[in-house]
Amino acid sequence: MTSRLSAITLNTFREAVRDRVLYNLIVFVLLLVASAPLFGQISIGLERLILVNVGLSSISLFGVIIAILVGIGLVSKEIEKKTLYTILSRPVRRWEFIVGKYFGLLLTLVVNAALMTVGFYIALLVTARGLHKTDTYLLIAIYFIVLQFMMMVALTLLFSSFSTPIFSAIFAFALFAIGTFAEDLKNFAALSHGAIKWLTTAVAYIVPNFASLNVIAQTAHDQPVSGGLILFNTLYALLYSAAVTAGAVLIFERRNLK
Amino acid sequence: MTAAIEIRGLAKDYPVGFWKKALRPALKPLDLTVKTGEAFGFLGPNGAGKTTTLKLLMGIIFPTAGSATILGSHFLDPEVRKKTGFLPEQPYFYDYLSAPELLDYYAALSGLPRAERARRIGPMLERVGLGDVGNKQLRKFSKGMLQRVGIAQAIIHDPEVVFLDEPMSGLDPLGRHEVRELIQGLKDEGKTIFFSTHILSDAEALCDRVAVIHKGELRGIGVVNDLRSSVAGKSEVIWEGAGALPAVHSLLTESHVTGESVRGIAQSGDLDRLLEKLRQQRARLISVTPLQGTLEDYFLAKTTDQETVQS
Repeated sequence: MTSRLSAITLNTFREAVRDRVLYNLIVFVLLLVASAPLFGQISIGLERLILVNVGLSSISLFGVIIAILVGIGLVSKEIEKKTLYTILSRPVRRWEFIVGKYFGLLLTLVVNAALMTVGFYIALLVTARGLHKTDTYLLIAIYFIVLQFMMMVALTLLFSSFSTPIFSAIFAFALFAIGTFAEDLKNFAALSHGAIKWLTTAVAYIVPNFASLNVIAQTAHDQPVSGGLILFNTLYALLYSAAVTAGAVLIFERRNLK
Repeated sequence: MTAAIEIRGLAKDYPVGFWKKALRPALKPLDLTVKTGEAFGFLGPNGAGKTTTLKLLMGIIFPTAGSATILGSHFLDPEVRKKTGFLPEQPYFYDYLSAPELLDYYAALSGLPRAERARRIGPMLERVGLGDVGNKQLRKFSKGMLQRVGIAQAIIHDPEVVFLDEPMSGLDPLGRHEVRELIQGLKDEGKTIFFSTHILSDAEALCDRVAVIHKGELRGIGVVNDLRSSVAGKSEVIWEGAGALPAVHSLLTESHVTGESVRGIAQSGDLDRLLEKLRQQRARLISVTPLQGTLEDYFLAKTTDQETVQS
Protein backbone atom coordinates (compact mmCIF):
# COMPACT_ATOMS: atom_id res chain seq x y z
CA MET A 1 0.00 0.00 0.00
CA THR A 2 2.71 2.49 1.00
CA SER A 3 4.70 1.90 -2.16
CA ARG A 4 1.63 2.39 -4.35
CA LEU A 5 0.68 5.57 -2.48
CA SER A 6 4.19 6.97 -2.73
CA ALA A 7 4.38 6.04 -6.42
CA ILE A 8 1.14 7.93 -7.18
CA THR A 9 2.22 10.85 -4.96
CA LEU A 10 5.61 11.20 -6.63
CA ASN A 11 4.15 10.84 -10.11
CA THR A 12 1.63 13.61 -9.39
CA PHE A 13 4.45 15.81 -8.13
CA ARG A 14 6.57 14.96 -11.16
CA GLU A 15 3.68 15.82 -13.50
CA ALA A 16 3.28 19.24 -11.87
CA VAL A 17 7.01 19.94 -12.10
CA ARG A 18 7.24 18.85 -15.73
CA ASP A 19 4.12 20.79 -16.63
CA ARG A 20 6.11 23.80 -15.41
CA VAL A 21 3.76 24.57 -12.54
CA LEU A 22 6.71 25.78 -10.48
CA TYR A 23 7.37 28.47 -13.10
CA ASN A 24 5.06 30.63 -11.01
CA LEU A 25 8.07 31.05 -8.72
CA ILE A 26 9.63 33.25 -11.37
CA VAL A 27 6.54 35.47 -11.34
CA PHE A 28 6.72 35.58 -7.55
CA VAL A 29 10.38 36.62 -7.55
CA LEU A 30 9.69 39.22 -10.26
CA LEU A 31 6.84 40.57 -8.15
CA LEU A 32 9.08 40.98 -5.13
CA VAL A 33 11.93 42.50 -7.15
CA ALA A 34 9.58 44.88 -8.96
CA SER A 35 8.01 45.91 -5.66
CA ALA A 36 11.37 46.66 -4.02
CA PRO A 37 11.77 50.18 -5.48
CA LEU A 38 8.26 50.96 -4.24
CA PHE A 39 9.19 49.86 -0.75
CA GLY A 40 12.18 52.16 -0.93
CA GLN A 41 9.88 55.11 -1.52
CA ILE A 42 8.07 54.46 1.72
CA SER A 43 9.23 55.16 5.25
CA ILE A 44 11.31 52.52 7.08
CA GLY A 45 8.52 51.20 9.28
CA LEU A 46 6.02 50.64 6.46
CA GLU A 47 8.59 49.10 4.13
CA ARG A 48 8.67 45.83 6.05
CA LEU A 49 4.94 45.85 6.66
CA ILE A 50 4.15 46.10 2.97
CA LEU A 51 6.73 43.47 2.04
CA VAL A 52 5.26 41.02 4.55
CA ASN A 53 1.73 41.64 3.33
CA VAL A 54 2.63 41.42 -0.36
CA GLY A 55 4.97 38.43 0.15
CA LEU A 56 2.72 36.27 2.32
CA SER A 57 -0.45 37.13 0.39
CA SER A 58 1.36 36.13 -2.80
CA ILE A 59 2.47 32.81 -1.30
CA SER A 60 -1.13 32.15 -0.32
CA LEU A 61 -2.73 33.30 -3.57
CA PHE A 62 -0.24 31.57 -5.88
CA GLY A 63 -0.70 28.35 -3.92
CA VAL A 64 -4.48 28.52 -3.97
CA ILE A 65 -4.49 29.22 -7.72
CA ILE A 66 -2.20 26.23 -8.32
CA ALA A 67 -4.29 24.06 -5.98
CA ILE A 68 -7.40 24.89 -7.99
CA LEU A 69 -5.96 24.85 -11.50
CA VAL A 70 -4.05 21.60 -10.98
CA GLY A 71 -6.51 20.05 -8.55
CA ILE A 72 -9.56 20.30 -10.84
CA GLY A 73 -7.82 18.07 -13.38
CA LEU A 74 -6.36 15.57 -10.95
CA VAL A 75 -9.10 12.99 -11.44
CA SER A 76 -11.11 14.28 -14.40
CA LYS A 77 -8.05 14.54 -16.66
CA GLU A 78 -7.10 10.96 -15.84
CA ILE A 79 -10.61 9.83 -16.74
CA GLU A 80 -10.77 11.92 -19.90
CA LYS A 81 -7.39 10.75 -21.17
CA LYS A 82 -8.06 7.22 -19.95
CA THR A 83 -4.73 7.02 -18.13
CA LEU A 84 -6.77 5.82 -15.19
CA TYR A 85 -7.57 2.58 -17.03
CA THR A 86 -4.00 1.36 -16.72
CA ILE A 87 -3.85 2.46 -13.07
CA LEU A 88 -7.04 0.75 -11.93
CA SER A 89 -6.12 -2.43 -13.80
CA ARG A 90 -3.24 -2.74 -11.29
CA PRO A 91 -3.61 -3.76 -7.64
CA VAL A 92 -4.44 -0.15 -6.83
CA ARG A 93 -7.44 0.55 -4.63
CA ARG A 94 -9.47 3.55 -5.71
CA TRP A 95 -8.93 5.25 -2.37
CA GLU A 96 -5.18 4.86 -2.83
CA PHE A 97 -5.43 6.71 -6.11
CA ILE A 98 -7.35 9.60 -4.54
CA VAL A 99 -5.12 9.84 -1.47
CA GLY A 100 -1.96 9.53 -3.58
CA LYS A 101 -3.18 12.35 -5.81
CA TYR A 102 -3.96 14.42 -2.72
CA PHE A 103 -0.48 14.07 -1.29
CA GLY A 104 1.10 14.62 -4.71
CA LEU A 105 -0.51 18.00 -5.17
CA LEU A 106 0.06 18.93 -1.54
CA LEU A 107 3.74 18.07 -1.92
CA THR A 108 3.88 20.33 -4.99
CA LEU A 109 2.34 23.19 -3.04
CA VAL A 110 4.58 22.67 0.00
CA VAL A 111 7.72 22.68 -2.17
CA ASN A 112 6.40 25.74 -3.97
CA ALA A 113 5.67 27.52 -0.70
CA ALA A 114 9.05 26.51 0.75
CA LEU A 115 10.93 27.99 -2.20
CA MET A 116 8.80 31.14 -2.04
CA THR A 117 9.51 31.40 1.68
CA VAL A 118 13.24 31.33 1.02
CA GLY A 119 12.82 34.10 -1.58
CA PHE A 120 10.59 36.05 0.78
CA TYR A 121 13.10 35.91 3.65
CA ILE A 122 15.91 36.99 1.36
CA ALA A 123 13.79 39.96 0.30
CA LEU A 124 13.05 40.67 3.96
CA LEU A 125 16.73 40.51 4.82
CA VAL A 126 17.57 42.98 2.06
CA THR A 127 14.68 45.36 2.70
CA ALA A 128 14.79 45.44 6.49
CA ARG A 129 18.60 45.13 6.54
CA GLY A 130 18.49 42.19 8.92
CA LEU A 131 16.17 39.64 10.52
CA HIS A 132 14.55 39.97 13.92
CA LYS A 133 13.14 37.56 16.44
CA THR A 134 9.58 38.59 15.54
CA ASP A 135 10.21 37.48 11.96
CA THR A 136 9.80 33.90 13.17
CA TYR A 137 6.09 34.70 13.68
CA LEU A 138 5.90 34.93 9.91
CA LEU A 139 6.70 31.21 9.72
CA ILE A 140 3.48 30.53 11.62
CA ALA A 141 1.56 32.58 9.07
CA ILE A 142 3.20 30.48 6.33
CA TYR A 143 2.34 27.29 8.24
CA PHE A 144 -1.30 28.41 8.29
CA ILE A 145 -1.10 29.04 4.55
CA VAL A 146 0.03 25.41 4.12
CA LEU A 147 -2.96 24.32 6.23
CA GLN A 148 -5.12 26.34 3.85
CA PHE A 149 -3.56 24.43 0.93
CA MET A 150 -4.42 21.13 2.62
CA MET A 151 -8.07 22.09 2.65
CA MET A 152 -8.11 23.58 -0.85
CA VAL A 153 -6.49 20.46 -2.36
CA ALA A 154 -9.09 18.26 -0.65
CA LEU A 155 -11.91 20.47 -1.95
CA THR A 156 -10.69 20.59 -5.56
CA LEU A 157 -10.11 16.85 -5.47
CA LEU A 158 -13.67 16.35 -4.24
CA PHE A 159 -15.06 18.44 -7.09
CA SER A 160 -12.76 16.76 -9.59
CA SER A 161 -14.05 13.34 -8.54
CA PHE A 162 -17.54 14.03 -9.89
CA SER A 163 -17.57 17.22 -11.93
CA THR A 164 -16.05 18.70 -15.06
CA PRO A 165 -12.92 20.86 -14.70
CA ILE A 166 -14.76 24.10 -15.45
CA PHE A 167 -17.46 23.50 -12.83
CA SER A 168 -14.86 22.23 -10.36
CA ALA A 169 -12.94 25.49 -10.82
CA ILE A 170 -16.08 27.57 -10.29
CA PHE A 171 -17.05 25.61 -7.15
CA ALA A 172 -13.52 25.77 -5.75
CA PHE A 173 -13.06 29.51 -6.35
CA ALA A 174 -16.51 30.18 -4.89
CA LEU A 175 -15.73 28.19 -1.76
CA PHE A 176 -12.37 29.89 -1.41
CA ALA A 177 -14.04 33.29 -1.60
CA ILE A 178 -16.80 32.32 0.85
CA GLY A 179 -14.29 30.64 3.18
CA THR A 180 -12.18 33.78 3.28
CA PHE A 181 -15.18 35.62 4.70
CA ALA A 182 -16.37 32.74 6.93
CA GLU A 183 -16.15 34.89 10.07
CA ASP A 184 -18.36 37.56 8.49
CA LEU A 185 -20.83 34.82 7.61
CA LYS A 186 -20.88 33.75 11.27
CA ASN A 187 -21.45 37.34 12.36
CA PHE A 188 -24.27 37.66 9.86
CA ALA A 189 -25.79 34.42 11.18
CA ALA A 190 -25.63 35.75 14.74
CA LEU A 191 -27.62 38.83 13.69
CA SER A 192 -30.22 36.88 11.67
CA HIS A 193 -33.42 35.22 12.79
CA GLY A 194 -35.47 32.14 11.93
CA ALA A 195 -34.67 30.06 8.86
CA ILE A 196 -32.07 32.54 7.60
CA LYS A 197 -30.16 32.22 10.85
CA TRP A 198 -30.32 28.43 10.71
CA LEU A 199 -29.24 28.37 7.06
CA THR A 200 -26.37 30.86 7.37
CA THR A 201 -25.09 29.17 10.51
CA ALA A 202 -25.05 25.82 8.70
CA VAL A 203 -23.26 27.32 5.69
CA ALA A 204 -20.77 29.12 7.93
CA TYR A 205 -19.78 25.83 9.55
CA ILE A 206 -19.76 23.77 6.35
CA VAL A 207 -17.60 26.10 4.26
CA PRO A 208 -13.87 26.08 5.03
CA ASN A 209 -12.98 28.74 7.56
CA PHE A 210 -10.01 30.38 5.90
CA ALA A 211 -10.48 33.53 7.93
CA SER A 212 -9.07 31.93 11.08
CA LEU A 213 -6.08 30.73 9.06
CA ASN A 214 -5.18 34.24 7.96
CA VAL A 215 -2.77 35.77 10.48
CA ILE A 216 -0.74 37.74 7.92
CA ALA A 217 -1.76 41.16 9.23
CA GLN A 218 -1.21 40.08 12.82
CA THR A 219 2.29 38.74 12.22
CA ALA A 220 3.17 41.70 9.99
CA HIS A 221 2.62 43.85 13.05
CA ASP A 222 4.96 41.62 15.10
CA GLN A 223 2.12 40.20 17.15
CA PRO A 224 2.61 36.57 18.28
CA VAL A 225 0.12 33.82 17.43
CA SER A 226 -1.23 31.87 20.39
CA GLY A 227 -0.41 28.18 20.81
CA GLY A 228 -4.11 27.49 21.18
CA LEU A 229 -4.86 28.91 17.73
CA ILE A 230 -2.03 26.90 16.20
CA LEU A 231 -3.42 23.71 17.74
CA PHE A 232 -7.00 24.54 16.82
CA ASN A 233 -6.14 25.42 13.21
CA THR A 234 -3.98 22.32 12.81
CA LEU A 235 -6.74 20.01 14.06
CA TYR A 236 -9.38 21.87 12.07
CA ALA A 237 -7.43 21.64 8.81
CA LEU A 238 -6.58 17.98 9.36
CA LEU A 239 -10.16 16.98 10.15
CA TYR A 240 -11.70 19.12 7.43
CA SER A 241 -9.26 17.79 4.79
CA ALA A 242 -9.76 14.19 5.93
CA ALA A 243 -13.56 14.53 5.82
CA VAL A 244 -13.56 16.13 2.36
CA THR A 245 -11.04 13.61 1.00
CA ALA A 246 -13.18 10.80 2.42
CA GLY A 247 -16.10 12.32 0.50
CA ALA A 248 -14.03 12.29 -2.69
CA VAL A 249 -13.14 8.65 -2.07
CA LEU A 250 -16.78 7.69 -1.44
CA ILE A 251 -17.85 9.27 -4.72
CA PHE A 252 -14.95 7.86 -6.70
CA GLU A 253 -15.36 4.33 -5.28
CA ARG A 254 -18.79 4.08 -6.92
CA ARG A 255 -18.04 5.89 -10.11
CA ASN A 256 -18.28 4.20 -13.51
CA LEU A 257 -15.43 5.53 -15.64
CA LYS A 258 -16.92 5.64 -19.12
CA MET B 1 -7.02 -27.34 -18.37
CA THR B 2 -8.32 -25.08 -15.56
CA ALA B 3 -10.20 -21.89 -16.20
CA ALA B 4 -8.22 -18.65 -16.13
CA ILE B 5 -11.31 -16.50 -16.62
CA GLU B 6 -14.87 -17.46 -15.83
CA ILE B 7 -17.60 -14.98 -16.63
CA ARG B 8 -21.10 -15.73 -15.35
CA GLY B 9 -24.03 -13.59 -16.36
CA LEU B 10 -21.97 -10.41 -16.53
CA ALA B 11 -24.16 -7.57 -17.79
CA LYS B 12 -24.03 -3.81 -18.08
CA ASP B 13 -26.86 -1.38 -18.71
CA TYR B 14 -26.44 2.36 -19.13
CA PRO B 15 -29.20 4.79 -18.23
CA VAL B 16 -30.19 6.92 -21.21
CA GLY B 17 -32.55 9.77 -21.94
CA PHE B 18 -33.01 13.13 -20.24
CA TRP B 19 -34.27 11.63 -16.97
CA LYS B 20 -31.88 8.67 -17.20
CA LYS B 21 -34.78 6.34 -16.54
CA ALA B 22 -34.53 4.16 -19.63
CA LEU B 23 -31.78 1.55 -19.74
CA ARG B 24 -29.70 0.68 -22.77
CA PRO B 25 -27.97 -2.69 -22.50
CA ALA B 26 -24.30 -2.37 -23.46
CA LEU B 27 -23.67 -5.99 -22.52
CA LYS B 28 -26.36 -8.62 -22.19
CA PRO B 29 -25.74 -11.39 -19.62
CA LEU B 30 -22.50 -12.99 -20.76
CA ASP B 31 -21.25 -16.46 -19.90
CA LEU B 32 -17.74 -17.30 -21.00
CA THR B 33 -14.84 -19.46 -19.90
CA VAL B 34 -11.24 -18.94 -20.98
CA LYS B 35 -8.86 -21.76 -20.21
CA THR B 36 -5.40 -21.31 -18.74
CA GLY B 37 -2.74 -20.86 -21.40
CA GLU B 38 -5.29 -20.16 -24.10
CA ALA B 39 -5.19 -17.35 -26.63
CA PHE B 40 -8.81 -16.25 -26.74
CA GLY B 41 -10.14 -13.82 -29.31
CA PHE B 42 -13.11 -11.66 -28.49
CA LEU B 43 -14.50 -10.60 -31.84
CA GLY B 44 -17.15 -8.13 -32.75
CA PRO B 45 -17.79 -5.03 -34.82
CA ASN B 46 -17.30 -1.57 -33.33
CA GLY B 47 -19.76 -0.96 -30.52
CA ALA B 48 -20.45 -4.65 -30.01
CA GLY B 49 -19.60 -4.65 -26.30
CA LYS B 50 -15.98 -5.84 -26.40
CA THR B 51 -14.50 -2.85 -24.60
CA THR B 52 -17.40 -2.83 -22.12
CA THR B 53 -16.59 -6.44 -21.22
CA LEU B 54 -12.91 -5.64 -20.73
CA LYS B 55 -13.66 -2.52 -18.69
CA LEU B 56 -15.94 -4.60 -16.47
CA LEU B 57 -13.28 -7.25 -15.98
CA MET B 58 -10.70 -4.58 -15.12
CA GLY B 59 -12.95 -2.90 -12.55
CA ILE B 60 -13.11 0.34 -14.52
CA ILE B 61 -16.90 0.15 -14.65
CA PHE B 62 -19.20 -1.91 -12.45
CA PRO B 63 -21.63 -4.56 -13.71
CA THR B 64 -25.38 -4.25 -13.51
CA ALA B 65 -25.57 -7.99 -12.92
CA GLY B 66 -23.40 -11.09 -12.87
CA SER B 67 -19.89 -11.78 -11.78
CA ALA B 68 -16.58 -13.25 -12.90
CA THR B 69 -13.48 -14.88 -11.54
CA ILE B 70 -9.94 -14.42 -12.77
CA LEU B 71 -7.45 -17.12 -11.74
CA GLY B 72 -9.97 -18.30 -9.17
CA SER B 73 -10.37 -14.92 -7.44
CA HIS B 74 -13.27 -12.49 -7.68
CA PHE B 75 -12.62 -10.18 -10.60
CA LEU B 76 -12.82 -7.03 -8.44
CA ASP B 77 -10.25 -8.28 -5.92
CA PRO B 78 -7.30 -5.87 -6.38
CA GLU B 79 -4.85 -8.61 -5.42
CA VAL B 80 -5.67 -10.61 -8.54
CA ARG B 81 -4.39 -7.69 -10.61
CA LYS B 82 -0.86 -8.53 -9.59
CA LYS B 83 -1.26 -11.47 -11.95
CA THR B 84 -3.03 -9.68 -14.80
CA GLY B 85 -1.95 -7.13 -17.36
CA PHE B 86 -4.13 -4.81 -19.44
CA LEU B 87 -3.63 -2.82 -22.61
CA PRO B 88 -6.59 -0.48 -23.22
CA GLU B 89 -7.81 0.45 -26.67
CA GLN B 90 -5.87 3.39 -28.14
CA PRO B 91 -3.91 3.86 -24.94
CA TYR B 92 -2.78 7.27 -23.77
CA PHE B 93 0.03 7.39 -21.27
CA TYR B 94 1.54 10.13 -19.16
CA ASP B 95 3.32 11.92 -21.98
CA TYR B 96 5.68 13.83 -19.68
CA LEU B 97 7.35 10.54 -18.74
CA SER B 98 10.00 8.63 -20.63
CA ALA B 99 9.42 4.96 -21.43
CA PRO B 100 11.69 3.72 -18.57
CA GLU B 101 9.95 6.08 -16.12
CA LEU B 102 6.52 4.90 -17.22
CA LEU B 103 7.45 1.24 -16.85
CA ASP B 104 9.01 1.94 -13.46
CA TYR B 105 5.81 3.64 -12.32
CA TYR B 106 3.52 0.84 -13.45
CA ALA B 107 5.85 -1.84 -12.08
CA ALA B 108 5.84 -0.04 -8.72
CA LEU B 109 2.04 0.01 -8.76
CA SER B 110 2.09 -3.72 -9.44
CA GLY B 111 4.18 -4.21 -6.32
CA LEU B 112 7.60 -4.93 -7.81
CA PRO B 113 10.51 -3.88 -5.57
CA ARG B 114 12.87 -1.18 -6.82
CA ALA B 115 15.77 -3.55 -7.59
CA GLU B 116 13.52 -5.89 -9.54
CA ARG B 117 12.10 -2.98 -11.51
CA ALA B 118 15.56 -1.77 -12.43
CA ARG B 119 16.50 -5.28 -13.57
CA ARG B 120 13.41 -5.72 -15.77
CA ILE B 121 12.94 -2.39 -17.53
CA GLY B 122 15.90 -2.53 -19.92
CA PRO B 123 15.22 -6.04 -21.24
CA MET B 124 11.50 -5.26 -21.51
CA LEU B 125 12.17 -2.21 -23.68
CA GLU B 126 14.49 -4.34 -25.81
CA ARG B 127 11.77 -6.96 -26.13
CA VAL B 128 9.20 -4.52 -27.49
CA GLY B 129 11.75 -2.94 -29.82
CA LEU B 130 12.26 0.26 -27.85
CA GLY B 131 15.75 -0.41 -26.55
CA ASP B 132 17.12 2.76 -28.10
CA VAL B 133 14.52 5.34 -27.03
CA GLY B 134 16.55 6.53 -24.05
CA ASN B 135 14.86 9.20 -21.96
CA LYS B 136 12.76 10.65 -24.76
CA GLN B 137 9.36 11.73 -23.43
CA LEU B 138 6.33 9.76 -24.62
CA ARG B 139 4.82 12.89 -26.19
CA LYS B 140 7.43 12.45 -28.93
CA PHE B 141 6.50 8.82 -29.62
CA SER B 142 4.69 7.58 -32.74
CA LYS B 143 1.46 5.61 -32.39
CA GLY B 144 3.27 2.35 -33.05
CA MET B 145 5.85 3.13 -30.37
CA LEU B 146 3.10 4.00 -27.89
CA GLN B 147 1.37 0.71 -28.62
CA ARG B 148 4.61 -1.13 -27.89
CA VAL B 149 5.07 0.81 -24.65
CA GLY B 150 1.48 -0.16 -23.89
CA ILE B 151 2.25 -3.83 -24.31
CA ALA B 152 5.42 -3.42 -22.22
CA GLN B 153 3.47 -1.87 -19.32
CA ALA B 154 0.92 -4.67 -19.55
CA ILE B 155 3.55 -7.38 -19.10
CA ILE B 156 6.34 -5.67 -17.09
CA HIS B 157 5.20 -7.49 -13.93
CA ASP B 158 5.11 -10.87 -15.72
CA PRO B 159 1.35 -11.45 -15.41
CA GLU B 160 -0.31 -14.82 -15.95
CA VAL B 161 -3.28 -13.38 -17.84
CA VAL B 162 -2.99 -10.55 -20.36
CA PHE B 163 -6.01 -8.56 -21.53
CA LEU B 164 -5.52 -6.65 -24.77
CA ASP B 165 -8.19 -4.36 -26.18
CA GLU B 166 -7.79 -3.91 -29.93
CA PRO B 167 -3.99 -4.16 -29.75
CA MET B 168 -3.53 -3.71 -33.52
CA SER B 169 -5.98 -0.87 -33.90
CA GLY B 170 -4.64 2.09 -35.86
CA LEU B 171 -1.28 0.51 -36.63
CA ASP B 172 0.33 0.33 -40.05
CA PRO B 173 1.03 -3.16 -41.52
CA LEU B 174 4.55 -3.21 -40.08
CA GLY B 175 3.34 -2.16 -36.65
CA ARG B 176 0.62 -4.78 -36.76
CA HIS B 177 3.12 -7.44 -37.66
CA GLU B 178 5.37 -6.45 -34.75
CA VAL B 179 2.53 -6.43 -32.25
CA ARG B 180 1.33 -9.76 -33.56
CA GLU B 181 4.82 -11.18 -33.02
CA LEU B 182 4.79 -9.87 -29.45
CA ILE B 183 1.45 -11.51 -28.74
CA GLN B 184 2.66 -14.74 -30.29
CA GLY B 185 5.69 -14.54 -27.97
CA LEU B 186 3.38 -14.23 -24.94
CA LYS B 187 1.38 -17.18 -26.18
CA ASP B 188 4.55 -19.24 -26.57
CA GLU B 189 5.41 -18.42 -22.95
CA GLY B 190 2.15 -20.05 -21.92
CA LYS B 191 0.36 -16.92 -20.82
CA THR B 192 -3.41 -16.71 -21.07
CA ILE B 193 -4.32 -14.03 -23.58
CA PHE B 194 -7.75 -12.48 -23.87
CA PHE B 195 -7.83 -10.01 -26.69
CA SER B 196 -10.56 -8.16 -28.42
CA THR B 197 -10.34 -7.26 -32.05
CA HIS B 198 -12.37 -6.64 -35.13
CA ILE B 199 -9.42 -7.57 -37.35
CA LEU B 200 -10.25 -11.18 -38.14
CA SER B 201 -6.94 -12.14 -39.72
CA ASP B 202 -5.22 -11.36 -36.41
CA ALA B 203 -7.64 -13.53 -34.50
CA GLU B 204 -7.30 -16.31 -37.06
CA ALA B 205 -3.51 -16.22 -36.80
CA LEU B 206 -3.22 -16.02 -33.02
CA CYS B 207 -6.25 -17.51 -31.32
CA ASP B 208 -7.05 -21.00 -30.17
CA ARG B 209 -10.67 -20.12 -29.62
CA VAL B 210 -12.82 -17.11 -30.40
CA ALA B 211 -16.14 -15.71 -29.31
CA VAL B 212 -18.24 -13.43 -31.46
CA ILE B 213 -20.19 -10.67 -29.75
CA HIS B 214 -22.65 -8.35 -31.44
CA LYS B 215 -25.00 -5.74 -30.01
CA GLY B 216 -23.89 -6.72 -26.52
CA GLU B 217 -24.83 -10.35 -27.02
CA LEU B 218 -22.67 -13.45 -27.40
CA ARG B 219 -23.44 -14.85 -30.84
CA GLY B 220 -21.04 -17.78 -31.02
CA ILE B 221 -18.00 -19.35 -29.46
CA GLY B 222 -15.66 -22.16 -30.38
CA VAL B 223 -12.33 -23.43 -31.69
CA VAL B 224 -11.31 -21.42 -34.75
CA ASN B 225 -11.10 -24.47 -37.08
CA ASP B 226 -14.52 -25.75 -35.97
CA LEU B 227 -16.10 -22.38 -36.58
CA ARG B 228 -14.54 -22.15 -40.03
CA SER B 229 -15.80 -25.58 -41.05
CA SER B 230 -19.27 -24.74 -39.74
CA VAL B 231 -19.70 -22.26 -42.57
CA ALA B 232 -17.96 -24.37 -45.26
CA GLY B 233 -20.09 -26.16 -47.86
CA LYS B 234 -22.43 -23.22 -48.13
CA SER B 235 -22.97 -20.59 -50.77
CA GLU B 236 -23.85 -16.97 -50.55
CA VAL B 237 -26.55 -15.82 -52.94
CA ILE B 238 -27.37 -12.16 -53.42
CA TRP B 239 -30.39 -11.02 -55.37
CA GLU B 240 -32.70 -8.06 -55.76
CA GLY B 241 -36.35 -8.55 -54.95
CA ALA B 242 -37.15 -8.94 -51.29
CA GLY B 243 -40.63 -10.18 -52.25
CA ALA B 244 -39.13 -13.50 -53.33
CA LEU B 245 -37.81 -14.26 -49.85
CA PRO B 246 -40.89 -16.00 -48.39
CA ALA B 247 -40.94 -18.47 -51.30
CA VAL B 248 -37.30 -19.49 -50.81
CA HIS B 249 -36.99 -19.02 -47.07
CA SER B 250 -37.05 -22.75 -46.31
CA LEU B 251 -33.97 -23.25 -48.55
CA LEU B 252 -31.86 -20.70 -46.69
CA THR B 253 -29.90 -21.20 -43.49
CA GLU B 254 -29.98 -17.46 -43.00
CA SER B 255 -30.98 -14.31 -44.80
CA HIS B 256 -30.35 -10.61 -44.49
CA VAL B 257 -32.43 -7.93 -46.14
CA THR B 258 -31.20 -4.44 -46.98
CA GLY B 259 -33.92 -2.52 -48.81
CA GLU B 260 -34.73 -4.62 -51.90
CA SER B 261 -31.41 -6.46 -51.78
CA VAL B 262 -31.29 -9.88 -50.11
CA ARG B 263 -28.20 -11.81 -49.00
CA GLY B 264 -28.97 -15.46 -48.36
CA ILE B 265 -26.83 -18.37 -47.24
CA ALA B 266 -27.80 -21.80 -48.53
CA GLN B 267 -26.35 -25.30 -48.34
CA SER B 268 -24.58 -25.99 -51.65
CA GLY B 269 -26.91 -29.01 -52.20
CA ASP B 270 -29.95 -26.72 -52.15
CA LEU B 271 -28.42 -24.20 -54.53
CA ASP B 272 -30.05 -25.46 -57.77
CA ARG B 273 -33.54 -25.47 -56.26
CA LEU B 274 -32.96 -22.03 -54.78
CA LEU B 275 -31.88 -20.52 -58.11
CA GLU B 276 -34.84 -22.15 -59.88
CA LYS B 277 -37.29 -20.68 -57.38
CA LEU B 278 -35.68 -17.25 -57.63
CA ARG B 279 -36.14 -17.37 -61.40
CA GLN B 280 -39.78 -18.30 -60.92
CA GLN B 281 -40.20 -15.35 -58.54
CA ARG B 282 -38.55 -13.06 -61.15
CA ALA B 283 -35.87 -12.00 -58.67
CA ARG B 284 -32.78 -10.41 -60.25
CA LEU B 285 -29.75 -12.50 -59.36
CA ILE B 286 -26.66 -10.48 -58.46
CA SER B 287 -24.12 -13.10 -57.41
CA VAL B 288 -23.55 -16.67 -56.26
CA THR B 289 -20.40 -17.25 -54.21
CA PRO B 290 -19.30 -20.52 -52.61
CA LEU B 291 -18.18 -19.88 -49.02
CA GLN B 292 -14.66 -21.07 -48.35
CA GLY B 293 -15.14 -21.45 -44.63
CA THR B 294 -13.14 -18.56 -43.26
CA LEU B 295 -13.49 -16.95 -39.90
CA GLU B 296 -14.82 -13.94 -41.75
CA ASP B 297 -17.74 -15.99 -43.09
CA TYR B 298 -18.53 -17.14 -39.58
CA PHE B 299 -18.16 -13.62 -38.27
CA LEU B 300 -20.44 -12.18 -40.94
CA ALA B 301 -22.98 -14.91 -40.38
CA LYS B 302 -23.08 -14.08 -36.69
CA THR B 303 -22.99 -10.31 -36.85
CA THR B 304 -25.43 -9.54 -39.64
CA ASP B 305 -28.87 -9.14 -38.13
CA GLN B 306 -31.46 -11.44 -39.58
CA GLU B 307 -34.70 -9.97 -40.74
CA THR B 308 -37.67 -11.84 -42.08
CA VAL B 309 -39.96 -10.45 -44.74
CA GLN B 310 -43.56 -11.16 -44.01
CA SER B 311 -45.45 -12.65 -46.92
